[in-house]
Amino acid sequence: MISERLRTILLRSSRDSAVPPSRPVYLGRGGGLLNEKEVVEARASRGLDQFFTYIKDDTGLAILDLSGLTQSNVDFITSLGHKLYTEDFLRSLYATFPEEADQANSGLIERFLNENLNYQDETFSGVLVWDVLEHMTPPLLAATIERLARIVKPKSYLLALFHAQERASSVPFYSFRIENSKSMIVNMRGSRTPTQILNNRTLEKVFHKFESLKFFLTRQQLREVIVKR
Amino acid sequence: MSMWGKKREEEAPPPVRQAAPPPPVFTELIKKEVTLVSSMPVRSIDSELPKNIATIGKSVAVKGQIYSREELLVDGEVDGTIELVEHRLTIGPNGKVHAGIKAREIVILGSVHGNIEVTDKIDIRKDAKLVGDIKTARIIIEDGAYFKGSIDIVKLGEVPKLSAPARPTVPTSAQSAGPVQAPAAASPLTPPAAAGTAAGMK
Repeated sequence: MISERLRTILLRSSRDSAVPPSRPVYLGRGGGLLNEKEVVEARASRGLDQFFTYIKDDTGLAILDLSGLTQSNVDFITSLGHKLYTEDFLRSLYATFPEEADQANSGLIERFLNENLNYQDETFSGVLVWDVLEHMTPPLLAATIERLARIVKPKSYLLALFHAQERASSVPFYSFRIENSKSMIVNMRGSRTPTQILNNRTLEKVFHKFESLKFFLTRQQLREVIVKR
Repeated sequence: MSMWGKKREEEAPPPVRQAAPPPPVFTELIKKEVTLVSSMPVRSIDSELPKNIATIGKSVAVKGQIYSREELLVDGEVDGTIELVEHRLTIGPNGKVHAGIKAREIVILGSVHGNIEVTDKIDIRKDAKLVGDIKTARIIIEDGAYFKGSIDIVKLGEVPKLSAPARPTVPTSAQSAGPVQAPAAASPLTPPAAAGTAAGMK
């Protein structure tokens, strides 16, 4: 009885003493907090399937990948005959905005977008956004989506992922590696405190400049969203 | 009393020790504090390079055009252009290159800012930082590399074969082991020029 109570108190105090991170906590490759089986998973993706269905009949398209440089994504997209542009968006995001509060600074927002999404209007025929938008507070998110709307061609598509857990105090975030047009390898990179809740209704408002949104609820409590410009 | 105390000690579970979360920075920034384990086998660049390769050493800075007819290792700074006809260029871990590069093959361990055109293969290692557009037949990427730019894969036949420069300043001769620099490079760090690679000032 005492032992059980003590265990509960210890567990609670250890949880309470862990300050919720304002910025993401990265596991690092081989960081040792979780083992490979727990962090890496290959799974089917209907969002990915839809995204590549829309562009499969063309070649030579410009595709932007915001997850940084990975061999599998480069191999797959270039094997389809497309030209791949990559940006390590999260790395730049946290380098530019060390604190979340800074994400409302209009000067920093402008600088960030000019350094990371500085492309001519209607350059891309598709953007793999993955889960990077979830790391942004509303002012930066709005500005980023405004910029994305400018640099993609009309009738082109974005693939974005958002967490479906609305009350979580900490959510994992991932890197995504394309296996083929219908499946991806999801690799947990760390955890973070959600900056805002992005449910379906919020997302429709956020992407109001886009023509349509299509939602797919998937494993890992992730929603895949196909956004059409 | 002591028995009671002993009993409590026995019943109490070991204190839960929660590992402090790693600092919230990217692998590039935490590399001094955390040992990262790559999923890919570690390749030592020293074992891959032939001995007596033409080298721009880490204390050498070159401004201008570099043409070479043999393999070249750049572990210093280069600002200008680099062309290696049918040879491999290696940017060492200390290399900082601000240059347009044309070569048969490139291995990058350091930092490159500029467009790259390769007829065969580009190999981007885990600590490399590359900003620019790549045109290549093949690409190999290690996890952890930073890249910003575009990748255009062209089939081997489609990559324009790099022609020898029309007028290299100094023809490349035999092997050279020492640092190589432009003949009139203005840096006080640069040692006397060695034969092997031609580096002409713009």
